[in-house]
Amino acid sequence: MEISFDKVGFWYQPGTPFAFQALKDVSLTIPSGQFTAVIGHTGSGKSTLIQHLNALLKPTTGRVLIGDRTIDAKTSNKHLKPLRKTVGIVFQFPENQLFEETVLKDIAFGPQNFGVTSQAATEMAQQAAKQVGLADELLTRSPFELSGGQMRRVAIAGVLALRPDVLVLDEPTAGLDPRGRRDVMTLVTKLQREQQMTIVLITHQMDDVARYAQNVVVMAKGAVVKQGTPQTVFSDANWLADHQLALPSAAEFAAQLSQHGFHFDPLPLTEEALVAQLAPQLPLKGGQHNE
Amino acid sequence: MNNFMFGRYIPGNSWVHRLDPRAKLLLCFIYIGVVFFANNFWTYLLLTVVLLGSIILAAVPARIFIRGLRPLFWLLLFTVVIQIFFGAGGHVYWQWGVFSITHDGLVSAGLILMRFVLIILISTLLTFTTQPLAIADGIESLLNPLRKVHFPVATLALMLSLSLRFVPTLMDEATKIMNAQRSRGVDFGSGGLRQQIKTIVPILIPLFVNAFQRAVDISIAMEARGYRDGENRTKYRQLKWRSADTISLVGFVIMAGLVIALRQLT
Repeated sequence: MEISFDKVGFWYQPGTPFAFQALKDVSLTIPSGQFTAVIGHTGSGKSTLIQHLNALLKPTTGRVLIGDRTIDAKTSNKHLKPLRKTVGIVFQFPENQLFEETVLKDIAFGPQNFGVTSQAATEMAQQAAKQVGLADELLTRSPFELSGGQMRRVAIAGVLALRPDVLVLDEPTAGLDPRGRRDVMTLVTKLQREQQMTIVLITHQMDDVARYAQNVVVMAKGAVVKQGTPQTVFSDANWLADHQLALPSAAEFAAQLSQHGFHFDPLPLTEEALVAQLAPQLPLKGGQHNE
Repeated sequence: MNNFMFGRYIPGNSWVHRLDPRAKLLLCFIYIGVVFFANNFWTYLLLTVVLLGSIILAAVPARIFIRGLRPLFWLLLFTVVIQIFFGAGGHVYWQWGVFSITHDGLVSAGLILMRFVLIILISTLLTFTTQPLAIADGIESLLNPLRKVHFPVATLALMLSLSLRFVPTLMDEATKIMNAQRSRGVDFGSGGLRQQIKTIVPILIPLFVNAFQRAVDISIAMEARGYRDGENRTKYRQLKWRSADTISLVGFVIMAGLVIALRQLT
């Protein structure tokens, strides 16, 4: 399902001394079935942006088109529930939302809110638990007994159990160990490739952006400052540095190598691309082979 | 939750903002005490004039005060209605069973409403112009004499400052958890009472779990930096009593005297 923003502006607490404009004239399109990454440094409006994706916030000016629904300042708070089912949001540190007695009950909480029978909800929960790789014996435990990484999976499963068309994740790998990070990213790409789920990922990990994203949205001070493929967004290292962003590590490495006589075109963004371009440029020395 | 103005601090540098928090607390206590002595038109007029004068000196826009009153509207209405229907005495205008509208009932409803509004506005003025931590410091300083009777003033002050400090944090967190549960299909503020109570559980449990976790973290962080209760601790924020504080205190005492004198007019 496609989501687009049409000149969206958003103010927190308008009309008070605390009024603050968090989004300024944001226009963008999140294409259906694709992987979109949103980057930008802290306070650039990313989290405000994603709360517009399922109408948790309504634009102060402009409008948001979610599938065939239009949300603007005058949209009533009623009948927004179907949107919450089509657009699932996994917030930052989602383990803070767990509350049920058992892991399974917590995952089934979402489907139950949408009027699914408790047996069907349990089945949906079990399937979601399997998707995120939670072992069966954990399902009867209290979510508060689990480790941080496991709690994160439970929370993600709680959103996946809704079977959304669009999955939005706000820094889902923050605070996880390398293994946990890789697992979460593998799961997300699998959902996109195998189920054509639309993915929106907020992240500070440029390597993940380079590796998985098809579109990148760069935000700064509440506005969209750049939009395009990873290749276009990462083409200008100086511009990135100005916006307190960095190159993916493979690109950074390539950029340093190019100061020592190596040549890359286009700039490789992933390790694989780097290797492919670098190998032909390396002189072969007397059959030496380092593996 | 974002539009909740009651009890918030509004940054500024007005005459009232710069008063010592101890002075502001004392002024507030004097004012609230005197409100209960007011009994006729002239006393209320004087109190209203003093309040309006203080509001002007605080340079906080009037519409923000009105917004601050808004959440208390139903409480005010309820009190007034109770007074009107159950207040007895004087000429009876209307009667039905135990309900009656009488002259005295109307008068006391008016007085209670006036008192309520005055007290709410002066306390709102205090919180609008004084940072929560300054209020806590002020209370600690005013309670200092109780140290003589071994009252744990420092502990109480620490509890006060910690809880005030975490009000906005907890509110932020409640908003975040509500958003997360809304995204999982919870409908806040709809359905019957039973349904509504059920929606509180998914907020309260995570909120409590996080609050306890945070309490543990804070106490460890404080101990790691050598905090010990009950020592003679020095203060980072020093309170300074200035002549403006004395002047306003004298002003309010005179007002109190005038109100007590004007009482005799009826």
